[in-house]
Amino acid sequence: MTAATVGAPAGGVLHGVGVGRRSVVGPVAQVRPAPSVPADAPLLVDGRPAGPEQVHAAVETAFADVAAGLRVQADAATGTVRDVLAATAQMAADNALRTQVLARVDAGEPPVAALDAVVQMFAQMFEQAGGYLAERVTDLRSVRDRVVARTLGLPDPGVPALTRPSVVVARDLAPADTAALDLDNVLAIVTELGGPTGHTAIIAGQLGLPCVVRVAGATDLEDGVDVAVDAADGTVVVAPGDEVRAAVARRAEADRLLARETGPGATADGHAVALLANIGTAADAERVGAGPVEGVGLFRTEVIFLERTTAPTQDEQAEAYAQALRAMGDRKVVVRTLDAGADKPLAFASQPDEENPALGVRGYRLVRSNPALVETQLAALGAAQAATGSTPWVMAPMIATPAEARDFAGRARAAGVATVGVMVEIPAAALRAREILAEVDFVSIGTNDLAQYTMATDRLRGELADLLDVWQPAVLDLVAATARAGQDLGKPVGVCGESAGDALMALVLTGLGVTSLSMSPGALPAVRFALRHHTRERCEQMARAALAASSAPQARADALALAEAQVRETLGW
Amino acid sequence: MAERTVAVASRVGLHARPAMLFTQAVAATGVPVTIATAGGAPVDASSILFVMSLGIPHGAEVTLAADGPDADRALDELVGLLATDLDAPEADAGATS
Repeated sequence: MTAATVGAPAGGVLHGVGVGRRSVVGPVAQVRPAPSVPADAPLLVDGRPAGPEQVHAAVETAFADVAAGLRVQADAATGTVRDVLAATAQMAADNALRTQVLARVDAGEPPVAALDAVVQMFAQMFEQAGGYLAERVTDLRSVRDRVVARTLGLPDPGVPALTRPSVVVARDLAPADTAALDLDNVLAIVTELGGPTGHTAIIAGQLGLPCVVRVAGATDLEDGVDVAVDAADGTVVVAPGDEVRAAVARRAEADRLLARETGPGATADGHAVALLANIGTAADAERVGAGPVEGVGLFRTEVIFLERTTAPTQDEQAEAYAQALRAMGDRKVVVRTLDAGADKPLAFASQPDEENPALGVRGYRLVRSNPALVETQLAALGAAQAATGSTPWVMAPMIATPAEARDFAGRARAAGVATVGVMVEIPAAALRAREILAEVDFVSIGTNDLAQYTMATDRLRGELADLLDVWQPAVLDLVAATARAGQDLGKPVGVCGESAGDALMALVLTGLGVTSLSMSPGALPAVRFALRHHTRERCEQMARAALAASSAPQARADALALAEAQVRETLGW
Repeated sequence: MAERTVAVASRVGLHARPAMLFTQAVAATGVPVTIATAGGAPVDASSILFVMSLGIPHGAEVTLAADGPDADRALDELVGLLATDLDAPEADAGATS
């Protein structure tokens, strides 16, 4: 990731932070910004300023319409998008927001000024509260923009109706905007604000769209001008020449070729490395199961628990797990028990007063305060296993000691689950991988958390991204120690963090002795391709080179220097 | 002016879902109710924006206030709700009934 730099000359290159690795060329479609009307813009009826009662009615109707429209959009959406839209709809329907605006309108204030003042007050309160609430300010402002537009009879702000495949460009996409995208005509997303972990980037990732965020000058791009968006480089080339267009076409062709290879994961000399998908819901399993994937290496069950007041019942859970198992047939499915706490709070399980939630009661540690959560989940998994005849693997997150691993294995086996493992995300677990593996059948390394805890770096701090890099030799040391323990004991050691989906890192992980790689489904073709073109011996050389490096960039560069030229070219390394 | 002071029992405090259940219950009483933290200014208790922005943690005391003939009934009901752990398994049914 590179930091955004300034500059937006026509024909030039804009820089930002890329999400994904694809590239594409297409015309710019600017998302209509907030209606730019002066705060004292009058509401006109038949060309004359409206009376106080008419203004009151117009504002009240606008609030109701916007709330209703967002609710309809929320109902039509799924997952995170639905939740965010529902929350935005609730803001539009908020009693205090509406009554305060109306009170100001009744006192003679122009409607836009009244809206701005009240929204600004709430935005400030949210920003002062920080954290989760600060992130809701974007939603609050999108409510403001929509109500202003409705009140004054202007077109709704947001995404224009796309008539051809386009690169959607915005200052920042509100979730409501994202939900309104006509996906058939979206080639890529470029935003001026936002971060690689923001909702726009996440949604683009889910949709497999190339995305570049934090692109200074993006909103100055002319509507309709062609741009080449390269998510791998984090660049936007304005009015690209033939050379850039040809390069993008070659990459697209390579992507098509990559996707055509569908065999099981293996090195050039036939050393098998299982290539698995990360999923969050049973519906994901159905989507993924239809494709050429060897199984699921990480089923993040917390998705079933999020946004709920109470834990799902054993039967509800059993049904979801059975659905996922059926979708994968006889392929491997690794189910991770609830990983809540820290940045993933649950109403019924979180400890709101923790000063250091990442170091607090999260992941498997919830068993200390709420053993029923884990017991119910394991019982549900046992029931799903009985109902489907499948034999899922199960693993617990955030294990620090062999004793915790033993405790979990005991509970899982008592519930009838045969293959039991734990996540290695804490340096203590990596250092004692041998003792931990003695208690369980397999381990899976979560590289994001392992890097966070090894480097003492909050995963959510963008400005520390250089420390939070799985190429950090210290992190690689811990991965290597874990893989070595697995090899010595003859037990599988998987990686299910984001690094597994980085094709170059996947080669290094293979060289370190990792036996399976689980990643977002979109990353599979490139990893499969890279693996196919390198021998196990070469992977081991790359691993040694990375371990011997003095820094993260050096580790990556040294591994890259050993990669096959054809793969470098095809994957754009 | 009727008033009640109560400690928020929900373990996540008055955020997200508990805030939603509470503000909906306030609206359902049909009585204008305010909520204030110790030493803070009272705000409209039916507004999720206001209630969330108070950032009320678990165990914090809040004061509810209302006027009129139905004030006592409404406040008793709402105090009961805040004194319940809105994250507990039965909270959903309790809050909406």
